[in-house]
Parts: sequence; C-alpha cells; structure tokens
Amino acid sequence: MKVGLFIPCYIDQFYPQVGIATLSLLEKLGCDVVYPQGQTCCGQPMANSGFEHLTHGCNELFVDHFEGLDYIVGPSGSCVLHIKDHLHVEGKEQAATHIRQRIYELAEFLTDVLKVDHLKAKFPHKVGIHQSCHGQRGLGLAQMSELVAAPFSKPQRLLQMVEGLELVELKRTDECCGFGGTFCVFEEAVSVKMGKDRIADHVNNGAEYITGNDVSCLMHLEGILRRQKSDVKVLHIAEILNSSI
Amino acid sequence: MSRESILAAIKKNQPEQQALPDLNAFRRTGPGDPAAFRKVIETLGGQVFEISSYAEIQPLIAEHQPDAQKIISLQESYLPGAMTEWETGDGGRQYEHVDLAIIPGQFGVAENGAIWITDVEIKERVLPFITQHLAIVVSSQDIVPTMHDAYAERIAQPGGGFGVFIAGPSKTADIEQSLVLGAHGAKSLTVFLYSPKA
Amino acid sequence: MEHQHKEHSLLAEEFNANEPRVNWHDETLWWVRQKRDKMAWTIPEWEDLREAASRIKHNVLGNLHDYLLEFEKNAQANGAVVHWAADAAEHNKIVLQLLQEQGVKRMVKSKSMLTEECHLNPYLAEHGIEVIDTDLGERIVQLAKEPPSHIVLPCIHKKKEEIGELFHEHLGTPAGNADPKFLTAAARQHLRAEFIQSRVAITGVNFAVAETGEMVVCTNEGNADMGAHLADVHIACMGIEKIIPQRKHLGVFLRLLARSATGQPITTYSSHFRAPKKGQQLHIVLVDNGRSRQLGREDFRNSLKCIRCGACMNTCPVYRRSGGHSYHNAIAGPIGAILAPNLDMKEYADLPFASTLCGSCSNVCPVKIDIHQQLYKWRQVITREGYTKKTKAAGMHAMNIVLSKPGLYKTAGGIGRWVMRTFPAVVNNGLNPWFRQREMPEPPKESFADWYKKNRKQ
Repeated sequence: MKVGLFIPCYIDQFYPQVGIATLSLLEKLGCDVVYPQGQTCCGQPMANSGFEHLTHGCNELFVDHFEGLDYIVGPSGSCVLHIKDHLHVEGKEQAATHIRQRIYELAEFLTDVLKVDHLKAKFPHKVGIHQSCHGQRGLGLAQMSELVAAPFSKPQRLLQMVEGLELVELKRTDECCGFGGTFCVFEEAVSVKMGKDRIADHVNNGAEYITGNDVSCLMHLEGILRRQKSDVKVLHIAEILNSSI
Repeated sequence: MSRESILAAIKKNQPEQQALPDLNAFRRTGPGDPAAFRKVIETLGGQVFEISSYAEIQPLIAEHQPDAQKIISLQESYLPGAMTEWETGDGGRQYEHVDLAIIPGQFGVAENGAIWITDVEIKERVLPFITQHLAIVVSSQDIVPTMHDAYAERIAQPGGGFGVFIAGPSKTADIEQSLVLGAHGAKSLTVFLYSPKA
Repeated sequence: MEHQHKEHSLLAEEFNANEPRVNWHDETLWWVRQKRDKMAWTIPEWEDLREAASRIKHNVLGNLHDYLLEFEKNAQANGAVVHWAADAAEHNKIVLQLLQEQGVKRMVKSKSMLTEECHLNPYLAEHGIEVIDTDLGERIVQLAKEPPSHIVLPCIHKKKEEIGELFHEHLGTPAGNADPKFLTAAARQHLRAEFIQSRVAITGVNFAVAETGEMVVCTNEGNADMGAHLADVHIACMGIEKIIPQRKHLGVFLRLLARSATGQPITTYSSHFRAPKKGQQLHIVLVDNGRSRQLGREDFRNSLKCIRCGACMNTCPVYRRSGGHSYHNAIAGPIGAILAPNLDMKEYADLPFASTLCGSCSNVCPVKIDIHQQLYKWRQVITREGYTKKTKAAGMHAMNIVLSKPGLYKTAGGIGRWVMRTFPAVVNNGLNPWFRQREMPEPPKESFADWYKKNRKQ
C-alpha cells in the first residue's frame, strides 16, 4: 500500500513536528509512505477568500505530486476537505478524481482504512478534543451536535486507545474556534473572541492539552493561549498517537 | 402591472420539477395519547382538567378562576347560566372585557398540545384571542398523535373561513428570553379533557 | 469602496468592545440553540422530516409559476384581492394606496420580515401614516428607533434595563422597573388599545397554500390575530416563495418551524386565514423583490426555501458574537448573508465573508439549505464581479505566485521563518491583525521538507 504524505504548507513551515509525527505513525503502522517533494499548498486560503479562480497553479502541482498513489493522507481535515471538494485540473481530470476519492485525513485513514484497534502509545494527561469544523462537519469525523443521529467520533476512538490519557468533557462539544482561514485576520475581533471562548471551555473542564485534527485551529488557539501565558498546550492528534511508551 | 412580468421571470428561471415526497411514513397508527397531550399543554403553561361530565366545569371554574365575572360559554351545556348572547357589537371589540370564554375544540394533537378551532364553532374569530382567559373543551376521543394525522384525518380540507391551532396561553420571551404568559392574547388556557363514563 | 454602512468586521469589532455583553448575547442565543436541540431529539424521525421539508420546497421552486396561479385563483374564489409587486417600491405603493382608500393614519402590523425588507414603516411615515408594530420585540426596537437584530427575537440584543428605560420614556411605566413580567403587562395594555382602535391590520405570512388559497401565520403572542380579526381591512404581505403545494404539507412545516426557532413544539397560535370574515376586506400582496432573479441562480436558489426560523442565527458562532446589527440588513446571520447579495451585491459584499464556514447553520436548517456552501460560492461571485478590496486581491495574487512555484515557496518560507526568528518585530506589531491578541507561531529552524531530506532516503 503506497501512501502519499500530504503536509500542508503551514505545517511544513511552522509545525514540522506534526509532519514528523504523522510520517512516523504511518510507518509504525506498516505503511509504505512517500513524501512527494515540492508540494506546497492545497489552495484553500485563496479559494475560501473568493479567489478559487487563482488556484489552478496549486491544483496542478497537487495532481502532479500525488497522482498514481493508493492513498493520500494529510494531518489536516480542512486541507483534505478542500482537495476532496475542489480539486479539478483540465486535461488531468481522471488523476484529480482519483485523488479526490483517495485522499484521507489522518484519523479517518487510521480508523476507516487501516482499521486500527489498538495503539502503542502513552500520554498520561487530561486532554480536550477540539473538533475542527471542516473535519467534523465536512469529512464526518464525528457526529455533529446539530443532528439527531447516533454518536461516534473517530478522533475520540483513537485517543481512547492511548494509555493514561483522560478525555475531558466540554460544555460545547463542537463549536467553531474562529480560525476560519483569512477570517482570523479580516474578522479579527470575532475570531479571537471565539478562540478565547473555546479555550475557556477546555480550561474550565481541566484540560492540560487541547488536541485536534487541524493545526490551523490549534495554531490560532495556541496564539491566544501563549498571549494569556496559559500553561495549557496544544498538540496535534498525531503527536499524541505517536507518543511512545 | 407587474403580474405578467413576475410570472414570466419565474417561468424562465424555475428549475426542473421534482416530485413531492410521500408523507405517509410520518403517520402514526391509532389514536393519540391523551396523557401525552395533557403533559405538553402543562409544559406550555396551560392547565388541564379531566372531566367525565360537563357538570364538573362549573365548580372547577369557581375554584380556579374565582375572579371571573363576565363569562361566555359557547355551549349552554358547558356552563348553564353563562352568557351566550354575544353576537352583537363592534366587530368583536366588546369581548375585550370578557374574563373567560369557554369554547369547544374540534380535536387535539398529542405531540404538541395544539387544539384545532374554527370560525364555524366560535363565530366571532377574535374571541379566543381577545378574551382575558380561555377555556377549551375537547374530548379525549378526539386526540390525534401528530400534525400529519391531523391534516390527513381531520382537516384535509378547510372547514371554515378561519381555523387555528391553539397551544397554550398567549406568551412572549422577547425580553431577555424570560418567558411571560399573557402577551396580547388570552392570559391563561384551561383545557377540559372530556371522557364520558362508559 | 463606497458603502452606505460600515462593514461587518468593523461593526463586529465595535460590538466586541464590551466583552461581558458579548458573553451575555452569546449565552442567551446558545440557550435557544440548546432548546432547539432538545426539541429536535424528541422526534426520532427529525432528519427525515428535514429532508421531506427540503424536498417539498424544491418541488415548489420547480412549480412556482403554476402554484402562484393556483393560489391566486383559490384566494380570489375565497374572496381575497390579490396584488402583485415586482419590488419593494411597488409593494409599498400598493399598501399605501390601500391605506389611503381607508383614510387611516395609524394602524397595527404584526411581524413581517418582508415589510422590514421593503422598509415599509419609514415609507408610510413619510406619507403621514404611523405603523404600530405589535410583536413585543418589534415594538421595543421600534420605540428605540432601531431595526430588529434577529428575525424571530427582534430585540435579543437589548437588556431588560434598557427596555424598562424605553417603556418609562414612551409608555409611562415607573422608572427603574425592568421586570419582564411587569413590562410585558404594560405592553399588553398599550398594544390592546392600539388593536382596538385600528381599522386596518398588516400581517406577514408564514405559509400560503396553493391548493386552498389560505395563508398560515404563526405567533406566540396572538398579535396577528388580534390585529387581523378586529380590522375592517386585513393586508397580508408575502414573498412569492412562501407558497406550499397542499394543506397536508403544513404538517411538516409546523412540526419543524417552532422547534427549530425557539425549541417549542409549536407556536401558541397557528392561524389559517382562508376567507375574509363577513364585511371584511382581505388583500394579499405577492412580492418578488429579487426572488425570481435568485430563482435563476442555480447555486443560490435553495436560499428561497427558507422558512425564517432563525435557527442558523442562534447556532452561528459569529452571529452570537457580533450581533444582528453588524449585518446591516433586514435579515441578519448566515441566511441574511446569502440572501442579501442578491438584493445588492456591492452593498452586502462583506456579508458572505462574515463566516468561518463552520457549517453549523446548514446542519440546523429545517429545510436543509446548504448555507455555508452558498457563502463560499457567493465569495467567488463577489470576487469575480470585482467587489473585493484591492489590497486583499493583491495579497491573494502574491500568495498564488508563491504557492504555485515550489522553488519560490521553499525560498520564501525559509526567508520568512528566518525573519520571524531574527527580527520578530517585523510581524509582531500592531499592524498585524493576528498579533493584536495572539502570539505568532514560533518559527522552527527547518521546515518538514528540510527535515525529510536529511532523515529519509530519497
């Protein structure tokens, strides 16, 4: 099984440890992982800002780098969702379609494709899950609080396999943190307020760590936590699942 | 006249037709549960009395609404002696000073406590709204489970010029989401759930 | 770009100047969202019901022409007079003419978002007619000379003390009394006097049934009924999209509407107006005002399914923290943000961007409008039509150049991180909106790509 590792631009530049944890976790689980070099970005920052027509370059690069692989896996629900919904390249539509159908966010790849039912990981801490909207409502990583449907959560299932880890209950299980791509700068006041409120929910319920499937949300929350000089830290789910005994 | 231009624009722009969904799956079989009906009305701020004879109405009103002076009963049998001569006046404005109106309801809906009333029975449409307090008499045999059953079985066709589902007393939560009973309509709702003894 | 109003982001920033108030606003609306959840969970077939409602509305969009004709024919047979208005101006003119025929100078209106959309009240005021809004929340904002901030809870932004103050000033209640029960009783007295004196009543319409020519109006207060039944002339104003095919379809919508809106099983009153009462005139004004145009926009026509429950506002994390007035439109929140650009794309170009695209709105919508996807699509249309700020466009073009060329991306990323490490003040300053209330990420020495090159075989 050949798995292409998709490391979104801001993870590559600012959170390489998340990329390393993702790669190492997939390798531990027996995947033959390739990292196509020269990859840049899924194009979402432009598309969500209303400039989808400028994303041809990103789309072409993406198809060139990831065509012909069995699976493409990335540690970001948001970027994966963008590719799933919007990757089209004229003249390479077949390859683009293959990618759209074969791209997975890390947690869903672990649960749905690798069908992981145990992990050798230990993380003796109180952890709150931040359900990032695009992963949750877009990719369906977890049941959404708005819907009348049976509960499930792929990230939660994985985290429950980690020795010593205690999940904290939140008052609002899946409210948006306010990152929202360029929303975080163009609507700075609301964005920060949303982030502060999410953090307060985790802190009030005793979380030592906030984890999630999207580094973008975590970066936003981390920025606020650090400004507040809080002891609470953020970690991508890959970093916890990869933490060795 | 804009009628033709609006209709032309709609005809040009409307999408392809799609079939209507089948609503039968939402129907329930059997009658509605009077206990569930009662419970919902109570949560809506209404009061429910189960009676087996109309004669029970008078003492209940005397006990629970002792201040009601001007009482209108649309059926003589509900409250012998209450006013029934009420069909004259300025388009219903005269009923502003009615303390309590007792009216018949055609049927109730168990899922939401709503009771169906039409102008066939109440004659003056404004009565159940303008009266200070409202009481509705409905038979426990006439409870349907859901709104789907109501429209399918009871009111597939309109039975008058005006019909209304009433569920509880008039209320508002417009001030800081604090629930207050008695906005513009009746301040209280009493439901007499009538089950004649076999 | 010249706008009549400040943009959403700026108005939201002003709203956020008072954080305790934002918390209060957020908590109040979240409570309504929770009531909605609780009610939805009492119906196991809830999701099927939403699907059915969405499909009924889809059928309506595809048959709107015929349904409108059917409705008109049946309404006329019932004794109503049907008027057609192409836009807000024509709607207002029709209503004014009807009022002038009656010679009234003061009359009551129950809640109608359509008349808000058409700015009927100020138009009638210009012609010497005073409209008394009778929904308590609407009356409160009317006294405060403000527009409603929410389509179901018009004065949700107001604290009871402020309302007490308003009532003291306008209705003569004792100063300092802010008890909701007392204030409601005062309003009841005041508005009952208005109902009694009024000879004409305007109401909105929640649903209009093609099959029977009747209109259903839902209220909790009973104000639509108090107005309409006492009046000699009842004027019902409705958007053309309010049509539903048959009476039985009301079963679906009445189950969904109040549960979604306020978490009630049904509104106190669901009134079915078919024929005018004896001696009364019933006028129905059918209003297009951009709806037929929206019907032609394939990506956006589903917005016409809206039944105005306001659930998308209550759940929207942005709405709850920016307030209804920040949307500077009659209809605020997510649904307002996809309806408004159809009315005036330039004026409302900011609204589709006032969202994180979290998708909660689409999930609570009782008629399953793909609201967040339409927000995304409006962004594309607004940008294509040239209504985006030039500075933003320049930034996006620059971003595209960097991200389309792996070499340039690698170099720019390396330089960027080096600058951030070496001269943090370049990014950590007040001009960077990220930094105002957040720290920048700590830039690592090497990127993942650099690490991979060193640590894995090529």
